[in-house]
Formats: sequence, structure tokens, C-alpha cells
Amino acid sequence: MIPELGHFALALALALALVQATVPLVGAARGRTPWMMTARPAALGQFAAIALAFLALTYVHVVSDFTVLNVVENSHSAKPMLYKVTGVWGNHEGSMLLWVLILALFGATVALFGNGLPDTLRARVLAVQGMIGAGFLAFMLVTSNPFLRIAGIPPFDGQDLNPLLQDPGLAFHPPFLYFGYVGFSMAFSFAVAALIEGRVDAAWARWVRPWTLAAWIGLTLGIAMGSWWAYYELGWGGWWFWDPVENASLMPWLAGTALLHSAIVVEKRDALKSWTILLAILTFALSLLGTFLVRSGALTSVHAFAVDPDRGIFILVLIVATVGGALALYAWRAPTLAPGGLFRPVSREGALVLNNLLLTTATATVLIGTLYPLMLEAVGDDRVSVGLPYFEATIVPLMIPLIAAMAVGPLLAWKRADLAGALGRLGAAAGFGVVVLLAVLYWTDAAPVMALAGLALAAWAIVGSLVELAERIRLFRIPPMASLRRAVGLPGGAWGLVLAHAGLGIAVAGMVASTAFLQERIVVLQPGDTTEIAGYGVTYDGVEEVDGPNYSAERAHMTIRRGGDTIAVMEPEKRFYPVTRMATTEAAIRTTWLADLYIALGDPQPGGGTGRTVRLYHHPLVPWIWIGALVMSLGGLASLADRRLRVAVTARRTRLAAQPAE
Amino acid sequence: MRRKHQRTALLAMAVIGIGTAAALTLAALQDNLLFFYGPGEIEAQHLVAGQRFRLGGLVVDGSIRRLDDGLTITFDVTDTVETVSVVYVGPVPDLFAEGQGVIANGMLDRDGVFQADELLAKHDENYMPPEVAERLERAGHPTQ
Repeated sequence: MIPELGHFALALALALALVQATVPLVGAARGRTPWMMTARPAALGQFAAIALAFLALTYVHVVSDFTVLNVVENSHSAKPMLYKVTGVWGNHEGSMLLWVLILALFGATVALFGNGLPDTLRARVLAVQGMIGAGFLAFMLVTSNPFLRIAGIPPFDGQDLNPLLQDPGLAFHPPFLYFGYVGFSMAFSFAVAALIEGRVDAAWARWVRPWTLAAWIGLTLGIAMGSWWAYYELGWGGWWFWDPVENASLMPWLAGTALLHSAIVVEKRDALKSWTILLAILTFALSLLGTFLVRSGALTSVHAFAVDPDRGIFILVLIVATVGGALALYAWRAPTLAPGGLFRPVSREGALVLNNLLLTTATATVLIGTLYPLMLEAVGDDRVSVGLPYFEATIVPLMIPLIAAMAVGPLLAWKRADLAGALGRLGAAAGFGVVVLLAVLYWTDAAPVMALAGLALAAWAIVGSLVELAERIRLFRIPPMASLRRAVGLPGGAWGLVLAHAGLGIAVAGMVASTAFLQERIVVLQPGDTTEIAGYGVTYDGVEEVDGPNYSAERAHMTIRRGGDTIAVMEPEKRFYPVTRMATTEAAIRTTWLADLYIALGDPQPGGGTGRTVRLYHHPLVPWIWIGALVMSLGGLASLADRRLRVAVTARRTRLAAQPAE
Repeated sequence: MRRKHQRTALLAMAVIGIGTAAALTLAALQDNLLFFYGPGEIEAQHLVAGQRFRLGGLVVDGSIRRLDDGLTITFDVTDTVETVSVVYVGPVPDLFAEGQGVIANGMLDRDGVFQADELLAKHDENYMPPEVAERLERAGHPTQ
């Protein structure tokens, strides 16, 4: 009964989405207010229906209803409750349901909180959201229905979820990632609606900004969580593999970051309008491409659990229709957008253009590296892979000028700026960069040049953003208490800038140091043997058998010593999941926040010996990667809390109310 | 500053940026592509010692042996027609097993033995990397 209810709710959502996609659009074109007003109840109704379907699917997973195919294939009665719930989106059908749920959530928030928007714009934005929703709901109902019952007699128990996915880090990675992917649909809908209206102005940029920011925060956290999971769960100590699926999430992030910056120029200076619209379309196009790459199984990856050509073709058609339609509209309408303010190359606008050029170029290189193997395979017979060396050779040279310029940009004035003056004010940042350089040279025997440059650059970026903060609160130039008052009164957007830029600097420091100064040791240890890594003595005391809820594990006991004192006990595990007959490696990690000691347990020796292969890593600064991402997200939140974003909306509303309708 | 000048300046920046990126990308692609071959293609492709590629196929039953140092393993990879010996030092992935599909990155040595520096076998036990399945089919053995 419950699955049928969910199925029905999905069909109802599709019907509502179709209404939402058409009626308000016609109403906006004809100037019929009641027609436009249908957008709001349709969007809210669509969200309610999808939420009901999502609850229904969660229910059948929680009670382990093995008459439903989706539950049989992805659950097991012995699975812990947390993973019964998160397993709802740990499979293709359920993850698509989460996708449309978040899409409808964004639509519903516009319907609820978009009072400040002009009626026609709100109607059109919701109509475009409705079109996307209708497309993906149809996709679900036709190719990926999660509520299908099993034919014949239901099995006694399920086939369990892929054990790699039974992990808290990965359990919450998809919701954040999808929040980001799907959140960019708002920027897309606003862009398409603006093209239909033929008007883009500072107010438009202020309306789009919160949605884009929210999406960007979600994506930043989602990517960071995925990379953290890969780091501790895959047992190889790496945190980024340039896997196509990772790239699929990185591309919208790069483009979305560019979009956030170019929207600032639209908001403050009324320039770069046409470019910003294009960027909004492309960012969502890359989100859709990411969905396609992951969901179609076009690429070899642990994520590609849908190896079904029908689904791939359906999503491809959806992408072509959505993006192709938007780009055609862009080609038709963009030339009518009035050109905006002028500026010199050396100016705040110029710096933001540089940011956009570098970020979009980086997006393009990741795109080429990700799709090249597919293209080569399509035209010929060759199977190739593009790996780490390609991405290192292309991304690193693009990131160096980006981070170098990141500290300078905020200190430049709008329209025309004094570059020498800005550089002069960054003396502290440059000085700190040199100090870091010398310190690294002093403490390490032979640091690679790129590592030195990378760490100095990270220091420059972190201190550079603090310089910007010091300038804003006039630190040391007015009494400290007055500076503090200024800091408290600083708009959210200013804090956002400082935190986001500093966060990137922190993350870069982590990436560079953990790559350049990684120590790795692979040894065979007998119980009682001691090995050494990075000044730690590690003694292997033996393994014991432990039983988990749906797995059995071998847990090793490792005593960590430093300078003769026992400082910790680490217990890496090797787990075996009997239902899926898969083994996973649970690494043990001990962090000092400046470095991680990482131990993974390997296979037993053949012939029943007591020795074990053990992998040990020492990763300097690796936690900084995720701390940096967290600081960046905090910056996004601070910016999102900026009062100006809301005050502007209300001010606009009163002004609009005073005007007669079009 | 006139509109025309601004546009020219922006355009120049874009051209320089994209030009540099294109040059970097092409150079990087040329140097860093890793081709995938099955054991049966090694001769036809004139693969010589020291040339990096990815080798894919099935791990031959009973071929995995661990040397006395406890870290080095040897095994054979087959497309069911031709077979290549592989040497690998280090811990193996969780899903590496006899009779399963495997992808190894590395190069041939002068004796025709594949020296792998990375093993990929991260999928579940029913899964076969598409490249491997395709190579097996080409060698005349349809999979399922």
C-alpha cells in the first residue's frame, strides 16, 4: 500500500510540475495575474507530493519491505538503522528521488519567500523550475521507478548495500552534493527568466545571489565530504583521485565560483551581464552533465551503479533540451541586454574578469580531461585513461595566478585602481610568504620547488585576506575597541570574502604539504614487531576477531610510541560483509591537526603465518584541506546572512509597489 | 576608456588565457594518456619495454603467488587466449582475487613481464570493468 502511495505521489508531482511549467509562463506573457499566481500553489504542491514519495520510500527501507525491488537490491534486515535510512539515496532510483526532492524544495522556497520578486519574474522562474522538474520526474517514472514491486514471491532477505557506502561520511555526502548540483538550477531559472523578460540589472543579481551562494555552500561541503570519505575509507591515503565522478562535481563548483564572482560585477557595476547569464546556464549544464556521467554509467567508476543505456539516453535528451533551449534563447535575447559600466583592466572588475577567465579555463581543462576518453572511444577503438599527471599539468599553472591575484583583487578600487598601492598594502602578506618559504627550507631537507611555491602562495593568500579584513576595520589605525566595533558591524558579504579566501588558502596549504611531504611505508609485521614512521614507533600487537551488525572484522592492535612514551593505541580494521561478499579496509587515523598518522591493515600472509601487510602514512597538514573547505563554507554562510541581500529586496518591493503594473 | 577599448582589452585577455590553456592542455594530453590493452594486443601494438599502459583481463585461477618478502606478488592476466605475467609490490586492493577482472597500470620489462605499480579492482564481485569485458569478447569469449 505504502509503495503504491509513493508511486501515485510521484505521478501527481509530475502533473503539478507540468502545470507549473506552462500556466504561469503563458500568464506572464499575456499579463494575466491569476494564471501567474498558479505557480505558487503548484510549486508547493509539487514539493509536498515529492516529499510524500520520499517518506514512502524511506518507510519501506526502514521496515525492510522485501516486496519492493529497490529494498531487496539495496538493503538487508541486519543493516544498521542509520544505513537503512541513508540507503534510501544510496542507489540509483532513490538518489534520483532525492534529486527531484531538492529541486522541488528550491522551487518551494522561491514560492514561499520570493515575495520581493516582481510577479512576472517569479512566475517565469517557477515555470522554468517546473520544466526541469517535469523532465526529471518523467525520467524517474519511465526508467527509474523506486516503487516497483518484486514479481513473484518476495525473498527472505535483501542483497544489502555496497559496504563502501555504509559509512557516515558517504551517507551524508549525496544530500550536500545534490543540494549544490540542484541549487544551481535556481541560477539557471533566474537566467532563463531574465532572458525572457529581456532585463538584467543590479536587482536581478541580488535576487540570484542567495540561491547561488546556498548551492555553492552545499557543493563545497559535499565535495569536501566525498574527498574525506575517499581518504579514510578507500585505505590508500589519497584524498583526490581525479576520478570522473569527482571531476563531475568539481566542474560545477569551478563554474559556480566564477558565477558568484561575476554576479558581484553585475550587482555593483551593472557590467558583465550577458556573460553572467551565460555562466549561470553553463554552471547548471555542468551539474546536469555530472548527473548524466554518474547516472548513465558512461564512465567506469564505483559510483556508476546504473549501467542501463535507456537511462543514459533519457538524461542526455533532457540535457540537450534544457541546455540547448536555454542557449538558443541566450543567442536570441542576449544581444538585447543593455551594455553596462566601463572599467579599466586594472580595477576590481578587471580582477574579477581575471578570476572568471582562470576559473572557466580550469573548468574547460577538467571537462576535456574527463570527456576525452569517451570521445576517443566513440570515434575509434582505443580505450585510454587520463589521470593525475594531466590534471596536475593543467590545473596547477591555472591555480597559481588565481591564488596570487586573489589577495590583490579585493584591495583594488572599482572602475580604475592603483595596482602599486594595492601591492604596497600587501607587504605583510608577502613578508609572511617569505617567512613560510624560509621556514619550510629550514625544516625539510630537500623540498620540491613547487611545494615551496605552493606553501608560500597559501601563506600569501591567508595573510592577504587578513590584510583585507584589517583594512576594513582600520586595525591599528584607530583604537582597538573601535576596530572591534567596526568588525562586528562589517556586512556579512565582507566577512564572506575574507573567510572564503582564507579558507582556500588553508586548503591549498593542506593539499600542497600533504602531497609534497607525504611519508609512506609498506611493511610486513609479525606480532611484536615495531616499525618507525615520521618519528613515531609503531608496534603491532596482533589481531582480534570482532563482529559488527552485518559484518565480521579483524581488528589490529597497534601501540604508538614517541620518544619512549606510549601515546596512543590505533585499531585499523579489515571488515568482511558476508551478504555482498565484499571486504573493506577501515583505516585508523590519529590526527594532531598538523599531521595525520594513518594505518591500514593489509592481507594475512599466505600459508597461515601470523604476519600482516601494514601500510603506514604520515600526511602533514592533510586535515587543513577539510578545515579550509569548512572555513570557505562559513564564508558562504556569512555572505548569505548579509542583510543587504534582504534589505535590497524589501526596498525594491516598496518601489515596485508604487509603480503601475507593466 | 572607451567601450571599444574595453572590449579589445577583455578579448585580448581571453585570447591569451585560452591560448595558454589550450597549449597546456594539448601538451598534457599528449604526454599523459594511458592506453588500455588486453594481453592479446601487446604484440600487435608493438608495445616495448618501458612503455606505460594499462593492462586489463582476468586473473588466472591459481596463479597468484606471494614472494618471501611478503610484499611482492606475481600473477597471470589473461583474455582467455593470451596470458601475461604480472609482478606487483605492495598491498592489493580489497577486491583483488583469482578469476576476477583486474586492471594494472605499469610497463613491460625486458623479459616481457608486466611490472605493475598500481592495481585497480575496486568493484563488486559480479562486476567486470567494461574494458575487460570488451577485450574478453573480442578474444572470442562472450561474458554472460
